[in-house]
Amino acid sequence: MRGVTILDRLSLTVGAGAPTVLIGPNGAGKTTALRLMAGLMAPTSGRITWGGRPDVPARRAIMFQKPAMLRRSAGGNLRYALNAAGIPRRDYAGRIHELLALVGLDGLERRPARRLSGGEQQRLALARALAGDPAVLLLDEPTASLDPAATKTIEDVIRAVAAKGAKVVMSTHDLGQARRLGGDIVLLHRGRLLETGPAATFFTSPQTEAARIFLAGDLLV
Amino acid sequence: MHTRRSLFVAALGALLLSAPALAQDKSIVVASTTSTQDSGLFEYLLPIFKQKTGITVKVIAQGTGQALDTGRRGDADVVFVHAKSAELKFLSEGQGVKRYPVMYNDFVLIGPKSDPAHVKGMTDVAKAFQTIKDKKASFISRGDRSGTNIAELKLWKDAGIDIDKDKGPWYKAIGQGMGAALNTAQASGAYVLSDRGTWIHFKNKGDLEILVEGDKRMFNQYGVMLVNPAKHPNVKKDLGQQFIDWLISPEGQKVIANYKINGQQLFYPDATDPSA
Amino acid sequence: MPGDTSAFGLLLAGDPALLAIVRLSLAVSLSATALAAVIGIPLGAAVALTRFRGREGMIVFLNAMMGVPPVVIGLTVFLLLSRSGPLGSFGLLFTPQAMIVAQTIMVTPIIAALTRQTVEDLWAEYRDELTAMNVGPLRKIATLVWDARFSLVTTLLAGFGRAASEVGSIIIVGGNIEGFTRTMTTAIALETSKGDLSLAIGLGIVLIGIVVIINALAWVVRRAGEAYAG
Repeated sequence: MRGVTILDRLSLTVGAGAPTVLIGPNGAGKTTALRLMAGLMAPTSGRITWGGRPDVPARRAIMFQKPAMLRRSAGGNLRYALNAAGIPRRDYAGRIHELLALVGLDGLERRPARRLSGGEQQRLALARALAGDPAVLLLDEPTASLDPAATKTIEDVIRAVAAKGAKVVMSTHDLGQARRLGGDIVLLHRGRLLETGPAATFFTSPQTEAARIFLAGDLLV
Repeated sequence: MHTRRSLFVAALGALLLSAPALAQDKSIVVASTTSTQDSGLFEYLLPIFKQKTGITVKVIAQGTGQALDTGRRGDADVVFVHAKSAELKFLSEGQGVKRYPVMYNDFVLIGPKSDPAHVKGMTDVAKAFQTIKDKKASFISRGDRSGTNIAELKLWKDAGIDIDKDKGPWYKAIGQGMGAALNTAQASGAYVLSDRGTWIHFKNKGDLEILVEGDKRMFNQYGVMLVNPAKHPNVKKDLGQQFIDWLISPEGQKVIANYKINGQQLFYPDATDPSA
Repeated sequence: MPGDTSAFGLLLAGDPALLAIVRLSLAVSLSATALAAVIGIPLGAAVALTRFRGREGMIVFLNAMMGVPPVVIGLTVFLLLSRSGPLGSFGLLFTPQAMIVAQTIMVTPIIAALTRQTVEDLWAEYRDELTAMNVGPLRKIATLVWDARFSLVTTLLAGFGRAASEVGSIIIVGGNIEGFTRTMTTAIALETSKGDLSLAIGLGIVLIGIVVIINALAWVVRRAGEAYAG
């Protein structure tokens, strides 16, 4: 990565409430922004604060665009995440049942995770991210390459999680999804913040030329 | 962590499985020569000794030189070899307690039936060696400081040949045991010096046969010595001496004389001959 | 087949001496493989997951050790365990235990090097997930070893195959003592030197058969495992 600036002068404040959705063309820096927030990488310069304080919230989870399934059963994947999140062992059975029901995978607890379909794997990954009951949930393209039915299941879960007070920050290529889920929209391009605002106004009256071009479906170069 | 735990259990189990071997402490290690092993003598003799005394004899079959080195390091209790000069050197170093002659057999000169050097039937082994060298006929040498190798080198000397200087591509020192040397000679149609016991017992003779025998210079004397417990405290003195005493007793000598293959006697006991 | 003295005939007839040889071969090589796994798997995983000075050198060393001739390992162990050597007081030379030590030294680098490769590949896949879940280093190693368990079966087999088929080290440290340290491979060497080639070949075929059976069993286990864990 040395010598290439991925994110540049990105000053972004993410408030509590409905999901914040990062949009922008490929290479805009959406994934990098999420990885920074997840603590998977440190910024070369600058800082990230949570509620104005530098300490990292304990309950923070991320779901990657291509989640890796542990070579265990669906239930085993959840059990692993519950253990890593420090959930008491006696609660595992109940939590696993609850999480699988939440993402619509009831009855698949014993199925090997890597033998689930793409949509099922994505939902299991979401359930796994939710295992520790995160206060901050980061989602990188949670429904890329999923069919509409699977996409709907995941969006419903995201809505439910957000409704219960967790802060969701997600990226998407799907402007319709950004409209359906977004509280705030953040438009990134080449590592810079172009425009941000509440979804309601962002889509109806974008403030910048770039946002207008992007929303019209034209290429932003 | 199940894998590692079960692997550990498996390892432990396997070690325990092999542990009973440690329990048979009434045993001695005898460093001996490939010729005594390859001739089948030990397979015949040791069960009889074990039945009589309850002592298990573990035989390491090596060349005479190597067997004596095993004794020098204290890794054997008894050495049972056949090269008197090397044995006397071993004694003079204080490595052995006393040398007892046990038995003898003789060496035979083996070669292909076609006999390219025409040595068959010669009664003078030195002359046969001389002829092989003159004709540059293929010859396999053990080349491993074994008793047979030492005897072979002495025969070249008797033939007036300095083998170190006169050897050529026809002379191949293979650095292996008697059986391997016979296999090599069989595969390459070469001459080779063997002890008679190994030769009789050897199963892959092919077109090899005995060409020269009976010369008194081909006499092959075996001696047995207890490794010196004063030098190597771990030596099982009593059990080792018990084995030696039995070998040279009338009973042990009779067992040696009784060992026959296809009606042929392989070894001739001579413990009572002080000059052997 | 009464009177059949080939290795097959003896095996079929349940000849106790031959069975003892087969049993000892398996006990020695399996023990060595198990011990090597206990050392080599955590070692390989640790090298895969940690960054330290000299790590590259360590990897080259492990890979190179895979190719060390058994006879060199045998000689080294022989000198260590000889009564005149530094560990001579244990009296282990010319015992099955000495053969296990030699084969363990031979197999450990194979298992460690192959484990490192396997774990490193899996780590590339798991890195983000495990880091995001804040998994500690020891638990990380355990997770990767457990999740790579089916590939590691193949690794263990490679180690066992090398141990069961070698003769160079065990003939030196074991001494090929009949009924005590004689294994299939040292018996083959001995029968060859006695010119009894048919018995040697028979033993060789028995050895091949055993290795094939064990590989087939492991294959079944591996397939069953994959069907379970994908």
